[in-house]
Amino acid sequence: MHRTGALYGQFKTLEQQKDTATLGMWIFLVTEVMFFGGIMLAYTINRHTYFHAFAMGSNTLSLGLGGFNTVVLLASSFTMAMAVWASQTSKKGLITLFLSLTILLGFVFFGVKYVEYAQKFHHHLVPGKSFDIFYCVNNPAKCEDIDAADMAKEKEELEVAAKADPDLNAHAQLYYSAYFGMTGLHALHMVIGAGLLFWLLKESVAGKFNAEWNNPVDIVGLYWHFVDIVWIYLFPLLYLIDRHK
Amino acid sequence: MAEHEHTEHIVSPGMYLTIILTLLALTGITVFAAFVDLGRFNIVVALLIATVKATLVVLIFMHAKYAPERTKLVIVAGIFWLALLLFMTLSDYASRVDYRGVRYPMTQIISHKIQQEG
Amino acid sequence: MREQATGPALKLPEKHYLNATYGIRSWLLTTDHKRIALLYLASVTFFFFVGGFFAMMIRLHLLTPNGYLLTPDQYNRMFTMHGVAMIFFFLIPSIPAVMGNFLIPLMIGAKDLAFPKINLLSWYVYVVGGLFTLWSMINGGLDTGWTFYTPLSTVYSNSAVAPAVVGVFITGFSSILTGLNFLVTVHTMRAPGMTWFRLPLFVWAHYATSIVMILGTPVVAITLGLAAMERVFGLGFFNPAMGGDPILFQHLFWFYSHPAVYIMILPAMGVISELIPTFARKRLFGYHFVAAASLAIAVIGFLVWTHHMFLTGQSTYAAVAFSFLTFIVAVPSAIKTFNWTATLFGGSISFDTPMLYAFGFLGLFLVGGLTGLFLGALGVDINIHDTYFVVAHFHYIMVGGAVMGYLGGLHFWWPKITGRMYPEWLARIAAFTLFIGFNFTFFPQFILGIMGMPRRYHTYPPEFQIYNVMSTAGASILAVGYLLPMVYLTWAAFYGKVAGDNPWPATGLEWKTQSPPLTENFDVTPVVTWEAYDFHNRPDLGLDVPAGKGSPVVAPAHGDD
Repeated sequence: MHRTGALYGQFKTLEQQKDTATLGMWIFLVTEVMFFGGIMLAYTINRHTYFHAFAMGSNTLSLGLGGFNTVVLLASSFTMAMAVWASQTSKKGLITLFLSLTILLGFVFFGVKYVEYAQKFHHHLVPGKSFDIFYCVNNPAKCEDIDAADMAKEKEELEVAAKADPDLNAHAQLYYSAYFGMTGLHALHMVIGAGLLFWLLKESVAGKFNAEWNNPVDIVGLYWHFVDIVWIYLFPLLYLIDRHK
Repeated sequence: MAEHEHTEHIVSPGMYLTIILTLLALTGITVFAAFVDLGRFNIVVALLIATVKATLVVLIFMHAKYAPERTKLVIVAGIFWLALLLFMTLSDYASRVDYRGVRYPMTQIISHKIQQEG
Repeated sequence: MREQATGPALKLPEKHYLNATYGIRSWLLTTDHKRIALLYLASVTFFFFVGGFFAMMIRLHLLTPNGYLLTPDQYNRMFTMHGVAMIFFFLIPSIPAVMGNFLIPLMIGAKDLAFPKINLLSWYVYVVGGLFTLWSMINGGLDTGWTFYTPLSTVYSNSAVAPAVVGVFITGFSSILTGLNFLVTVHTMRAPGMTWFRLPLFVWAHYATSIVMILGTPVVAITLGLAAMERVFGLGFFNPAMGGDPILFQHLFWFYSHPAVYIMILPAMGVISELIPTFARKRLFGYHFVAAASLAIAVIGFLVWTHHMFLTGQSTYAAVAFSFLTFIVAVPSAIKTFNWTATLFGGSISFDTPMLYAFGFLGLFLVGGLTGLFLGALGVDINIHDTYFVVAHFHYIMVGGAVMGYLGGLHFWWPKITGRMYPEWLARIAAFTLFIGFNFTFFPQFILGIMGMPRRYHTYPPEFQIYNVMSTAGASILAVGYLLPMVYLTWAAFYGKVAGDNPWPATGLEWKTQSPPLTENFDVTPVVTWEAYDFHNRPDLGLDVPAGKGSPVVAPAHGDD
């Protein structure tokens, strides 16, 4: 089937093509809801059963970094929406600008995530044979990035949690399985999103998008906003379980 | 199916700005609320705020408010199915008596009844 | 067949989708939904043989009570690989990927599906998943049962679990992409005049199936992903030793795998809804009810998965609720069965091969479906859970139902796909052989189940041997019933009698195109002004329509077949 300009051969009009692609993306997002939903269920069951371990795990995450990343991702949703607006109003330069900003913010998010993951590796908090929730507290010299006040707080929390849950280490590992599973899956989706954004950037520089045809920007936007929504839920679920203690 | 010729509704940058500021404010509130001891309602408040944020993103950033009915049906179906997965599975857990040593609210009612009947 | 079969010999059209372009690249890089359907036909047939081989090993082993043929470990691998190959690589793709892909654009008057490249991608994803699973098989296969229950699959099994789980995970995406394509296509690509209630019920059935694919498959994908992670990296969600929960795995697994059985049966029901009106020359009774029932099956099918977990320590409250829902889900299937039967009443019935398969479906699906109710009844289930009763139940539905639908559809649309007709008498003999072989294979298994023979056991008490021998004997007859169509359909594709546009004749839009169709399906987009299955108002079919409204349309005389 041949293609004439933006119109693919199986379609009769650009309107039909746009309608089809948009519906396709929404249905795909529903599959993503169910995909993340499965791991959310695993998280829910385990959080309820092992609340102390999950709370402990959550408190070892950096609220600052997590909060910052949330702001970054929300901002990237804003810039993405603006990119769609620019394409709807045929402002070629602005499309490129906003797409670039979105990509930039995405990379900031990756950078912060990298820092967080590296920290977890360093602190023996990656699920597997060497997982040890007590590692930093038992080896303060090895975890120099935690200052004395935080270290004391963590030690206290661990003592309380260990009393409530004798098997704290195994259950905390479940928390971290959920953490890496959910954030890892989310990061993977962001990488794919970044790839799509690079493609969009290339096309927008080539002048492909205007008020008459901007559907690709629109549907990549839908995908990107969805990835943002996942993080909107991940942030409180992973970072804010039991902060008030 | 007849192509309905709808002129594309273009959301203004002003509206987007309002939404992002609201989202940022709600994020602040979530963090703040996490430091208040609401007992078992902490999670309820957190999820409620997250849902408000998600709703704003879906309606405005993703243009669902201006989308055809069919799109709205797809969105509702997705949320409904996720709810099915979560709530029906939780109902099984909640109704098991003393499973894995966890007391679910419903098991407390059931096991209390069993104790009463002897 | 039409009377003109006795007239001058028909010729294949000059240009069609098979000869439009040549070379292996034109097939492996095609975006034509019809070619992709044939790519799928080749792959699912391959996996059917793979699964069939394992079935043969099971039945040969079970000829004797003491298990002389295979070791217990080998036997576990046989039934596991049989299940994995048949369910994920044959049954789930079969009708949708082969017939759905080929026919849906033709039936709705479109040039192709909504996303032709995604269609091709779905085939490649299927192949990659299949390769992973074959890799597992080459490395000894896995012994966990197709249900991959934890922690056996994730921790304790000494078999090639990871590649198989990854393979099934990957193939799930093929299913998702197909479902997505179908849903969007039916919404946005229908020809002018093709309203929702003029759609063939085959399309409705695939629409319902696609809903299930879209909403269910992602859940098993994440579940198997987590299981693979657990196997390879030692995470602990499903491992009790680490505080994990096997019941969680079962919930996540069955949330998809129960609706999956509706993915397997709904398309077959769609085929039957095409076959029965065609060979009774009568519009389907209760079109709207059958369409609604398809959607009802898809939706209610998501509410019953816990009936696979009745014996896991559920509370009576949960069990009663799910048992009740299980009874409810039988209702739409029953509605369909009644409607198909009512279509036959007052019709002008002929017994061409596709109709034989349709009749086979009606009887066997009925048995399979009713025995499902036995299993859904809590008190009874305690005794027959995990026995051969379950095995017989699902084989009646999957083989007696889904495979009959698949073969009936293949025969019915073979003239459209290839332009040539299969040999009718040989096909009828094969259909009978299959039916007889099938019943000999699986009916004794109901008896074995009631007598208490557990499933997935490599030995059994000697008093069960007679039924096992009967079952194996039946299986060998069944195998002949499968092999015959493989051979003659292939032969017919090259040497069969040229069929013409509409040999039956049938009322669907696909029969208004040439056989085989053009690559673009229609030179001119059709405008639909007729209702589905409207034999009384289709003079172009050349049928003898009597004046009285209720009188049956006369079946055309058969030519020299």
